[in-house]
Amino acid sequence: MAVNKIFERPVAMRENITHYCPGCTHGVIHRLVAEVLDEEGLREKTCGVAPVGCSVLMYNYMNCDFLEAAHGRASAFATGLKRISPEMIVFSYQGDGDLASIGTNEILHAANRGEKITVIFVNNAIYGMTGGQMAPTTLPNQVTTTCPFGRDTETAGWPIRIRELLSSLRTPAYIARGSAHSPQWIIRTKKYIRKAFKYQEENRCFSLVEVLSNCPTNWGMTPNESTEWIADNMIPYFPLGELKTPEEVDVPTQTMIGKDN
Amino acid sequence: MAKKLMKGNEAIGEAAIQAGAMHYFAYPITPQTEVAEYLARRMPEVGGVFLQAESELGASNMLFGAAASGKRAFTTSSSPGISLMSEAISYITCAELPCVLVNVCRAGPGLGGILPSQGDYFQATKGGGHGDYRLLVLAPSTVQEAVEHIMQAFDLADKYRNPVMIFADGLIGQMMEPVDFSTIKKGKPADHSSWAATGAKGREPHIIKTLYLQAEENEKHNIHLANKYKKMDIEKKSEIYGGLGKPELILAAFGTSARVCKTAIDQLNEEGIDIALFRPITLYPFDDVTISELANKKHVKQILTIEMNSGQMIEDIRLFTKSIKPIHFFGRQGGIVPSPEEVIAEIRKIIRN
Amino acid sequence: MQREVKFAGFGGQGILSAGKFYGEAGMEEGKEVAWVPSYGPEMRGGTAYCTVVIADHPIGSPIVNNPQDLVAMNRPSLEKFEPTIRAGGFILINSSLIPDRVKRKDVIEILVPCNEEAMKLGNNKAANMIILGAYAQCSGMLKLESIIDIVKTEFQRKPQFIDSNIACIMRGAEIAKREMENKN
Repeated sequence: MAVNKIFERPVAMRENITHYCPGCTHGVIHRLVAEVLDEEGLREKTCGVAPVGCSVLMYNYMNCDFLEAAHGRASAFATGLKRISPEMIVFSYQGDGDLASIGTNEILHAANRGEKITVIFVNNAIYGMTGGQMAPTTLPNQVTTTCPFGRDTETAGWPIRIRELLSSLRTPAYIARGSAHSPQWIIRTKKYIRKAFKYQEENRCFSLVEVLSNCPTNWGMTPNESTEWIADNMIPYFPLGELKTPEEVDVPTQTMIGKDN
Repeated sequence: MAKKLMKGNEAIGEAAIQAGAMHYFAYPITPQTEVAEYLARRMPEVGGVFLQAESELGASNMLFGAAASGKRAFTTSSSPGISLMSEAISYITCAELPCVLVNVCRAGPGLGGILPSQGDYFQATKGGGHGDYRLLVLAPSTVQEAVEHIMQAFDLADKYRNPVMIFADGLIGQMMEPVDFSTIKKGKPADHSSWAATGAKGREPHIIKTLYLQAEENEKHNIHLANKYKKMDIEKKSEIYGGLGKPELILAAFGTSARVCKTAIDQLNEEGIDIALFRPITLYPFDDVTISELANKKHVKQILTIEMNSGQMIEDIRLFTKSIKPIHFFGRQGGIVPSPEEVIAEIRKIIRN
Repeated sequence: MQREVKFAGFGGQGILSAGKFYGEAGMEEGKEVAWVPSYGPEMRGGTAYCTVVIADHPIGSPIVNNPQDLVAMNRPSLEKFEPTIRAGGFILINSSLIPDRVKRKDVIEILVPCNEEAMKLGNNKAANMIILGAYAQCSGMLKLESIIDIVKTEFQRKPQFIDSNIACIMRGAEIAKREMENKN
């Protein structure tokens, strides 16, 4: 009887067991990236960059050149690497504490300069690695160890919507938000990730895919409860979909300084 | 190329290009901004990249990323900016990536002032960032020497896979002196293909990291680094200047302060007063042997350290001479360069006693 | 042999360039040179100055608190630096803008109406070249031709300015020569 292989490990992933908690969607998102690298034939010219956060050990799971950056600095690090080796595909894989808190300046300016890098931004509304502290993306009234009475928007402000924030920049970019909470959205998120890498390959623009993710351990939920929580609580605040594509035609700004002035 | 009258900052930028560093990441800060201004025009001419970063944090982490490619890259800044860069410096050192940083030192602490200082000696030589690391530190005292040091720095960085810092000051950055690039021997960039991030084509992936969660593994890496720092010892360099044969007093100074001392020594030697200068050219590794030999000479009665800070290198002088002779200190701070007259007055005071 | 001069004036009077040209001429003659500017916020709008050291041996301290000579293009520069000049030095005064005269008796005062002379020669931006020519004549450290050569190189891309700048340098030198002869 002939055996048809219908599912296998992507070449871009190593045969290692991840350290992620049971039910965590990091593994899913890693796999989406790996599948895209395989399918687009990019693996051998790709460098991944992961800074501090749960995914700091990503270099153990991905079968491509991999570099570890300082907390928050992955997009600056990726910028340096991409600028010196523009022929390579450079992506960073950053969490919400990393990208939306300590590394806000770096991501904002990398996006604004239109660095030809791809950023996978994993948003699970909490600091996972350090054990469940408030993140810039923690939802209002959500309880964490550093907002034990729930996030108070009076003192902690409202959660930062990175997709919307970066989309407001004038510089062309590809910016989308997907989610890892359901099979449908996992499939669609992969499409976003593929597009993000394609744009880089074509040297078109900066690309960022925010992926809503869970943290069953620090949310104190079962995996199923946690994916439901994404659907019920996160998606209403963090709407899904593409928000910015480089094809969008922008009206030239009248105040631009030129020789006509 | 004949001699050219160049500002230190511009000469530093040009020297890096001549050394084959085509990628420069930086953020404006006085008194080194002319490096960025120079390279913003010059890099496109030579097919290189100048990127004005969002901050020194950004610049230094871009350098970290660029250095991971194994190609030559560098940054420049001044004291407060170097503080911000100390994060990346610690990482780059741990990851063993070659690159060059220039500190055009200004007066601190805090925002301090924009005038020349040597207040970052500890930061440069003892590690300004976290963890147990060392940089190779070169301290030029003229613009020509700054140029030579930049070119050597890239070779040293390649040789040891370690960041090299040029420790200059606002005066060296801002003043113009004749520079001759043609006399400088150019090194060749090393082959870094065994570890650099270039894409895992037909080979196992290269991983560049600084995380060692297992204590034993981390200790092993630290021991490896420590052994490397020991090997760097052969790079130590210093200059002895002046003296009439049996100096009774040794001045110890580096960079701009050393130049001031030379003027003082010229004058006193002419008067028949036998004093000489010990000028460390590498601040790390420090030329412990030379200063120790000098201090142990019978005719040397005292040592006087001259710095543009409150007394930092003097600690190394004490350490390496085991304080076998009395060691005095004279320094100016806040951006003031000591004058030869002040140094001479200090010398006379010490010799009289 | 070493001689230091401080070029001082308003920002925008071309005082730093005058110093640079002087330094470059020194370098072309094979001398050791250091050009040290004031820098930072004090450059904005206020007094700008640079010190140029020319020597026939490697220059030690490039910072000289008491230079030999002073070139003062505006009043505050004269007030500020007159007391710092070493005895026997030249103090060149741009008499177009400075009504004051040197108070000390132990220095040599040279009056040069830079702005008027530059205007007469049809290049009202070249007052700095008038004073440069005058100073070169006074110090005698460098040949006038070396300075003229530097002007030719520096204005390579704006050749229309070469002749008038050279004329200004020659005129400055002439004035200084006459002033010195009158003193003797």
